[in-house]
Amino acid sequence: MSAPAHFAPGTPVRVGTGDPPSHVRTPRYIRGKPGVIERICGRFGNPERLAYGGDGQPKQTLYRVRFRQDAIWPDYAGAAQDTVDIEIYEHWLSADSDKS
Amino acid sequence: MTQHDHDNGHGHEHDTAHAPIEAADALGAYQLLAEAVRELLIEKGVITAAELRRQIERMDARGPHQGARMVARAWVDPAYRRRLLADGSAAAEELGVAVDGTKLVVVENTAEIHNLIVCTLCSCYPRAILGLPPDWYKSRDYRARAVREPRRVLSEFGTEIADRVSVRVHDSTADMRYLVLPMRPQATDGWDEARLAKLVTRDSMIGVAPALGAGEAGD
Repeated sequence: MSAPAHFAPGTPVRVGTGDPPSHVRTPRYIRGKPGVIERICGRFGNPERLAYGGDGQPKQTLYRVRFRQDAIWPDYAGAAQDTVDIEIYEHWLSADSDKS
Repeated sequence: MTQHDHDNGHGHEHDTAHAPIEAADALGAYQLLAEAVRELLIEKGVITAAELRRQIERMDARGPHQGARMVARAWVDPAYRRRLLADGSAAAEELGVAVDGTKLVVVENTAEIHNLIVCTLCSCYPRAILGLPPDWYKSRDYRARAVREPRRVLSEFGTEIADRVSVRVHDSTADMRYLVLPMRPQATDGWDEARLAKLVTRDSMIGVAPALGAGEAGD
């Protein structure tokens, strides 16, 4: 019935760098950053369409992606193992083979 | 200088005992818009004034006491704790707390992990479980700094996290809502759920503070 999720938990991914003029739920500070799929949340209406009177279709798989703080902020002052988990829709993610 | 005009530079006598109760200011643009939409919805028969009032009453009845019940149950009932961590929405509904529209994710504090909730984009908050968010949760300052320097933010709340503990921030950007399951305070063996629930504060379920200690219960 619904399309299978593209990324399994544990998969390295990278967030897109686009800047569409839209109601985007991908925070700017995380665009272009590498993370790992933490879990699949399910499929939800696309907020970039819902916000403009659309029906949000096709639904998008939503993931929780875990990012190392020191991959987001080069000068992060906390502990090396600190992380941020963020919900990101599938169309913002691509598989990340670059281990940087 | 009289005692009534020292903090009141704009000349009205707000402090006097007989000041009349009146609207303080003209409605702002969004308040006017909301009022117009409310009147139209009622005039067109989409909703009734009584339905609107009931819904407001229902929203106002939500509060941290609901989350506190869930946390206290998880502390005394390992099977409920597992269900709560596996599916927060279903576990909330077990205790009669409806989570509509979004899904509840419960994250557990342990000796190795400290969780902190923020919504950097706006002010997403588990209102069904905790009621309305505190003003600081909605401030730009908290929203920007909770992801950038969470340990400093926690420290300003009086919460020092050891370096060996992972700080795990959850940015509530989309369709999930988050509740922290704080660690059960020491010296509470044998306490029943109602007594434990008094130790579970709003802030402990956002993750900016631990639950109250056994000697800190409010009554």
